[in-house]
Amino acid sequence: MSSILEKKIDSVSIDARGPRFSAGLTTVVLAFALVTSNLWIVIAQAIIFAIGAVKGPQFTPYALVFKNFIKPRLKGKAVTEDIRPPQFAQSVGLLFALAAIAGAISSFTPLFTLAASFALAAAFLNAAFNYCLGCELYLLLLRVRLAHGK
Amino acid sequence: MYGLWYQRSRGRIKAKPGRGLITESMIGAPLGSRATLVQFSSAFCTPCRATRTLLANIVAEMHDVEHVEVDAESELELVRQLNILSTPTTLILDSSGNEIARAAGAPKREQVINALTAIRE
Repeated sequence: MSSILEKKIDSVSIDARGPRFSAGLTTVVLAFALVTSNLWIVIAQAIIFAIGAVKGPQFTPYALVFKNFIKPRLKGKAVTEDIRPPQFAQSVGLLFALAAIAGAISSFTPLFTLAASFALAAAFLNAAFNYCLGCELYLLLLRVRLAHGK
Repeated sequence: MYGLWYQRSRGRIKAKPGRGLITESMIGAPLGSRATLVQFSSAFCTPCRATRTLLANIVAEMHDVEHVEVDAESELELVRQLNILSTPTTLILDSSGNEIARAAGAPKREQVINALTAIRE
């Protein structure tokens, strides 16, 4: 299965600590949004997710903070990772954030709370336990799609 | 709680009685004469790369063990048949293709070597 090996080589790699730092900030921001039930914070976070999902996780404001202020202060060798796993995670985050926004706008508060909580849980797991959303979710999504396509 | 379970369970090798033989044509590569490590990977998976390096490294020292990497995305039927739920998942097969054990997440070096040593020719 050399095809995946080749695909990996020409993909972009970034410092693996960057997405984890971003997940930490995302956790704080989403927790604050939930506690205050503040729609604007969720919208801001959705924009950040969108940048990460579309342009790449290394271009979000969080990643820029990491690159300019955190990374120069870190010691030790940087472990790199492919950008595609964190990009997938940002896309999932964006979906949850959009669902939360839809819930707030339609005054359907349970949707806001539930969707924002899921996004918060994923960000927290990523920050605290190096959770790999793409590993756990992507294959399941493909399998569900296959089952429905039949 | 889930986070702790996740962290502790990833990469742990669990003995698994096989659900039928895995053949060379299913994984698209020849089996090792003693054992085979079948790794299921996907694009959105950070630990897949580390797992590939680790397993390739292990089999480099064992002439009778093969490492086969399968792109889960393009082999969805096989993924469903073998009930692979996440990537990376590594199956440890004996010489005839019976699944002896599997690990979801990046496995540990000693554990893989122990599992392989337990498989006789």
